[in-house]
Amino acid sequence: MNKPTPAAVPAAFNRDIKTIVNAGLQRRHAAERRFRSYGLIAISLGLLFVVLMFANIIAKGYPAFWQTYVQVPISFDPAVIDPQGIRDPAAIESADYAALVRAGMRRMFPAVEGRTELRALYALVSSDATYELQRRIHQNPALIGSSQEIWLLASATVDTLVKGNIDRTLDETERSVKDNQIGWVDKLQATGKIEKQFNTILFSGGDSREPEQAGIRGALMGSFYTLLITFLLSFPIGVATAVYLEEFAPKNRWTDLIEVNINNLAAVPSIVFGLLGLAVFINFFSLPRSAPLVGGLVLSLMTLPVIIIAGRAALTSVPPSIREAALGMGASKLQMVGHHVLPLAMPGMLTGSIIGMARALGESAPLLMIGMVAFIVDVPKGIMDPATVLPVQIYLWSDLPERAFVERTSAAIMVLLAFMVLMNGLAIILRKRFERRW
Amino acid sequence: MQSFLLLTLILLSIGGYYLGRNRAFAVAGGQIRHLHSLPSFYGSYTALWCGLPALIVFAVWATLQPSVIIDLVVSGMPPELRNLPPDQLNLVVNDLKNLVSGNIVSSTPDAAMLDAANRYHNLQLIGNVSLWVVILTLAIAGAAYAWRAISPSLRARNRVEQVVNLLLILSSTVAIFTTIGIVLSVLFESILFFRKVPITEFLFGTQWSPQTALRADQVGSSGAFGSVPLFAGTLLISGIAMVVAVPIGLMAALFLSEYATPKFRAVAKPALEILAGIPTVVYGFFAALTVAPLIREIGAAMGLHVASESALAAGLVMGIMIIPFVSSLSDDVINAVPQSMRDGSYALGATKSETITRVLLPAALPGIVGSILLAVSRAIGETMIVVMAAGLSANLTANPLEAVTTVTVQIVTLLTGDQEFDSPKTLAAFALGLMLFVVTLILNIIALHVVRKYREQYE
Repeated sequence: MNKPTPAAVPAAFNRDIKTIVNAGLQRRHAAERRFRSYGLIAISLGLLFVVLMFANIIAKGYPAFWQTYVQVPISFDPAVIDPQGIRDPAAIESADYAALVRAGMRRMFPAVEGRTELRALYALVSSDATYELQRRIHQNPALIGSSQEIWLLASATVDTLVKGNIDRTLDETERSVKDNQIGWVDKLQATGKIEKQFNTILFSGGDSREPEQAGIRGALMGSFYTLLITFLLSFPIGVATAVYLEEFAPKNRWTDLIEVNINNLAAVPSIVFGLLGLAVFINFFSLPRSAPLVGGLVLSLMTLPVIIIAGRAALTSVPPSIREAALGMGASKLQMVGHHVLPLAMPGMLTGSIIGMARALGESAPLLMIGMVAFIVDVPKGIMDPATVLPVQIYLWSDLPERAFVERTSAAIMVLLAFMVLMNGLAIILRKRFERRW
Repeated sequence: MQSFLLLTLILLSIGGYYLGRNRAFAVAGGQIRHLHSLPSFYGSYTALWCGLPALIVFAVWATLQPSVIIDLVVSGMPPELRNLPPDQLNLVVNDLKNLVSGNIVSSTPDAAMLDAANRYHNLQLIGNVSLWVVILTLAIAGAAYAWRAISPSLRARNRVEQVVNLLLILSSTVAIFTTIGIVLSVLFESILFFRKVPITEFLFGTQWSPQTALRADQVGSSGAFGSVPLFAGTLLISGIAMVVAVPIGLMAALFLSEYATPKFRAVAKPALEILAGIPTVVYGFFAALTVAPLIREIGAAMGLHVASESALAAGLVMGIMIIPFVSSLSDDVINAVPQSMRDGSYALGATKSETITRVLLPAALPGIVGSILLAVSRAIGETMIVVMAAGLSANLTANPLEAVTTVTVQIVTLLTGDQEFDSPKTLAAFALGLMLFVVTLILNIIALHVVRKYREQYE
């Protein structure tokens, strides 16, 4: 039987095709799996970056919410505070409280002698300790003459040491804290005279060159005033523009020009807005530098396109039947918009505005241009006071080398991110609550 | 003081509203159907007459008053002060303002200064009092006029709507004025700059050291303004960012739109977009304090020298920031490709990845290119990451391990230091700003054009 049977040819042929196709299929499926895994890797990488960044910042920042305090026995010696014994408020105010702190430190470690040794000992507490005593006497003059154990703010180096961020194995000359200081701190820790308390200064203090006294209150208030101006300007103007373009504007070259402008403004780099602010608001209108007013003006110009675009989307989602019904009942065009369309579009507009405000809260580049980078200790009290904002404070602190400032920078970032989450969460809730499908 | 006046004005307008409404009821004899408009329109009509003219005068007055007072005070000064050169005169005026507000002054005030301060104070008082008088008179006069004009045949609704319409038009022109403001402010200073430094040197010079010499023999202060190294540095960092962001963003978008289950997509897409919501200063901090030291250590372990402010660190972190831009823009583009094209490909036996690479990507390519261009323009204009993580020295190099500087970094450093407003150093920042504005504008226009044209094909 050397003749192939009719059935055998297709069989052999089939087998051949099958192997070819199967081999090809395997290859193609492998390629498919590979491609799919690339996609998965890309997503995971992106999510990994999110997690990494948050973990990194939280790990660096959470210790800053606790602050080290030292318990010092202070005797409010009348001979120092009120030598004449007449309780003159001015004299009490200007008394030498630093001497009281020094005496208290010496009382804890009577064995320490010599100028350099003593100076190292005094350096354990912050310079704020002096003001703390002054404040206490100011509040309660009856303290004069008494002796009390008082928790005083520790200096930044002690704080860093207690939090375990100084390598004790390093040579003494290579670290900021000396061997004798480490000995004292260990002794204080053993006797429970060192304690970590919640860091209220971080939220109540203005900026400072001393890390342990530096807080973000000034920056928070600056951000608040700046955002207030931004919202008061950009929300009404943005809504009015959106209403005009969606409801009233005739389709002509002029409105086309406005639309092109809005779309382009949304893509202009933020720093260019800073140049505009510097040239127009500060140099031309000679408004004060570093003021939240100017910052708010610049940021409102930046936020405007976001609000307009969101507002127009919200207006277009209101069905035409509503408009026709209102007009049919004899309402004027303005009444139709004001009584019916605008209230229905308002949640969408608010959502867009909140997202725009969140972006403005995180913006720092244009504010650098208009002088909001100055070192400002005082908490601003109005829109004309020199101020800085939270992101710029972060930028300023990130330049400082002390470990304690790195910690505070991260803590400030955490506060900033918390605000962003809050605002975006609010926007999402608004959208969920008021979203309507027509 | 002025905010109090503003508050009074608002209260007056509210009062005017009720006055006008009641007047409308009165003239109609309680029969609303006799009125042309609803009573509330008569109220608004009165309120507008009360508030609007006064507000306009108030705004003009408040902007002009300080400079008018200073002019008056300066013209009353003794001639030896009055004839000082402008910048010194400015100092004197600043001293004067500090003296009036009771701040610390740079020198002990002499008799002439005290005299001027007194005059300043008096003028300010006179100005404020007359402002109050004028504004209140205007408001009351306006309200009275409107009140008298109210009659059943007054077309109050039409008048009010005309004003509102005008306000709407005015607010929509803010966008145009912003653009004009940007163009004029950078253009003016740039023209001043190009008078001092030839434009060819700025565009084609390869030396950038904006420190102008104070003394003739000073070292390293040649004052060279060649912007090529800055643009090279910007391109290098943006390039690195794109190398990171485009593959990750594109693959993420493809996976989310083609492979992911709706549930996974609902979680992963917003999670990825968190990256877009993080403030750039946070990225800068991350780049400067975590990524840059890490890269330097890895480089040292491999025996490479890495600058502490390497372009790589800034570029990598910027790439991470841009991932969500690329992914969400390409996601839109990919979703716009009609399902019938995918179905056709599947029917021919193609696998998903084959469909994506042979059908979907070619069809979506223009849109993807557009979204990448938008991302590039974003990267070029990004400021905080490079300010915090990239260097200051203008190196003309393509080595990502070296420190380079960018256009935005130079704008910030030139303008946050000392402030003399006519030195080429400060003006150079505006010239760089102009370049930045023009380049990003062109990129955006091209990108939007490409994306729009592509959308039309399938709609």
